[in-house]
Amino acid sequence: MLLTVENLRVSYGAIRALQGISFQVDEGEIVCIIGANGAGKTTTLQAISRLIPVEPGSKLIYEGKNLLDYPPHKVVTELGIVHVPEGRRLFGNLTVMENLILATYGRKDKEGIKRDLEMVFDLFPRLAERKNQKAGTLSGGEQQMLAVGRALMSGRKMMLLDEPSMGLAPLLMQELFKALREINREGTTILLVEQNAHMALQFAQRGYVLETGRIVLEGPTKDLMENPKVKEAYLGG
Amino acid sequence: MTLNEFAQHFLNALQWGSFYALIALGYSMVYGILMLFNFAHGDIFMAGAYIGLFVALALLSISTTGIIALPNWLVFILTLVLAMIFTSFLGMLVERVAYRPLRDAPRASAAITGLMVGIFLETSNLLFLGASRKTFPPLIEKTVYEIGGVTFTNIKIMIVGLSLILMLALHLFVRKTKWGMAMRAMCYDYVVVPLMGVPMNAIASLTFAIGSALAAVAGILFSIAYPVLEPYMGLLIGWKAFVAAILGGRGSIPGAVLGGFLLGFLEIFVAAFFTSTLRDLIAYSIILLILTFKPHGFFGEPYSARLRL
Ligand SMILES: Nc1ncnc2c1ncn2[C@@H]1O[C@H](COP(=O)(O)OP(=O)(O)OP(=O)(O)O)[C@@H](O)[C@H]1O
Ligand SMILES: [Mg+2]
Repeated sequence: MLLTVENLRVSYGAIRALQGISFQVDEGEIVCIIGANGAGKTTTLQAISRLIPVEPGSKLIYEGKNLLDYPPHKVVTELGIVHVPEGRRLFGNLTVMENLILATYGRKDKEGIKRDLEMVFDLFPRLAERKNQKAGTLSGGEQQMLAVGRALMSGRKMMLLDEPSMGLAPLLMQELFKALREINREGTTILLVEQNAHMALQFAQRGYVLETGRIVLEGPTKDLMENPKVKEAYLGG
Repeated sequence: MTLNEFAQHFLNALQWGSFYALIALGYSMVYGILMLFNFAHGDIFMAGAYIGLFVALALLSISTTGIIALPNWLVFILTLVLAMIFTSFLGMLVERVAYRPLRDAPRASAAITGLMVGIFLETSNLLFLGASRKTFPPLIEKTVYEIGGVTFTNIKIMIVGLSLILMLALHLFVRKTKWGMAMRAMCYDYVVVPLMGVPMNAIASLTFAIGSALAAVAGILFSIAYPVLEPYMGLLIGWKAFVAAILGGRGSIPGAVLGGFLLGFLEIFVAAFFTSTLRDLIAYSIILLILTFKPHGFFGEPYSARLRL
């Protein structure tokens, strides 16, 4: 297993956001976690990238290493786990190019950086056209592309994606997921969390259903799509 | 007002503007990145001046014992460089000990801590050096030049020139290097910066180091122009530089420079046209008026996703 999460618990003061969830992601897989507002999806990803503290007893193992031993920037630079946060969170005061370059902060391999930049511009040609534009002036779709491209620049072992479909028109969404599939084919493992269960279940191979901080269902996405409970609660009947 | 008088005021304004701007940059950079005002910054200026004093005295005594004969200009440059380095360590220490533990605490706690650190620096100075004033050695011999009836000294030209060069260097650093990029990113959205693989604590330390080094330069240049040092020398000038940082727009580097020079010009020219006892009253009334119309200063952002002090 690439990533093993066991009994992950996170609280915000008295609010218990994650009540001991367990799941796994294997190398090369696309795995999704679906759930409604406030289910704990963002919290799960933030725990993996070490942005928020977890409660004692939580286990996060990545390639046999204890994730809890790593500060957030080393999760990126040493383990190669990149996180495309909810709402994109681009640096709007930096240009497109600067956003991409900043993400290579911990890298020394000039050649690799050059190759990755080419790949990002291949995947998202519009970013190349706008590379000197301030990220804050991009359209929503372009911003999401930049958010994904930026993550690719930091490394590409595993990518955590927090609701990339949010606010995208159907056509742009197709375009984005096509690029994500391409990124996966080139060897990046993907853990995707989504409210848009339809999209996520079509895209991923395996899935988990998160409800108020607990995993209530799991399995291959084919089975989940057929599951009556999932159909009713997440796929609109 | 004769042409020469005007030129004198103008040069004085540039000189004071340089002092204010150099100090204001430290306030603004730290605010931009950590959203706190380092209220110990005026005392870092003071510490920088004293560190410069001791470095200069040490170098001069090495020179007079004849081990290595150092010309005064070299002593001055070495003093500047070494004091920048030592003072930046002091700044990083202050960040590490006083501010880092309070990063998520209410901003008022950090402000009080800053005031405490300032008092600590002043008091330790008194304790170790006593209440007597110290005199900065005259490292640069004053020469007066005259062009077309306008006189000026090499010292003023040097102070203004060196300050401008450092401001330009800072500008290039922030625009062109990955550290500068990380600083700008932190100003915009501090939370997700670690997701780029950027060690935030290192950037915070670096910011304090740069701010403190610039304050040390201001301290030494100030001591060259006004060679009497005392433990409270950083208080008034520190608060005024803080006003300059607010005037320019908190967090903004060009703002801090503009605010510093604006303050210098206001003070000097108000004193030139009115009586100098009313200088501060008039100058700061004008600033208050500006802030009434531009509450976020010249380059401040009117709103941000981040909380504000
Ligand atoms: N910083 C916070 N402080 C307090 N409570 C929080 C915080 N962040 C999240 N929560 C709470 O934790 C729970 C899980 O939130 P989380 O953001 O993980 O949900 P989510 O599944 O990502 O929802 P959405 O689909 O709306 O993004 C919610 O009840 C939320 O209100
Ligand atoms: Mg969320």
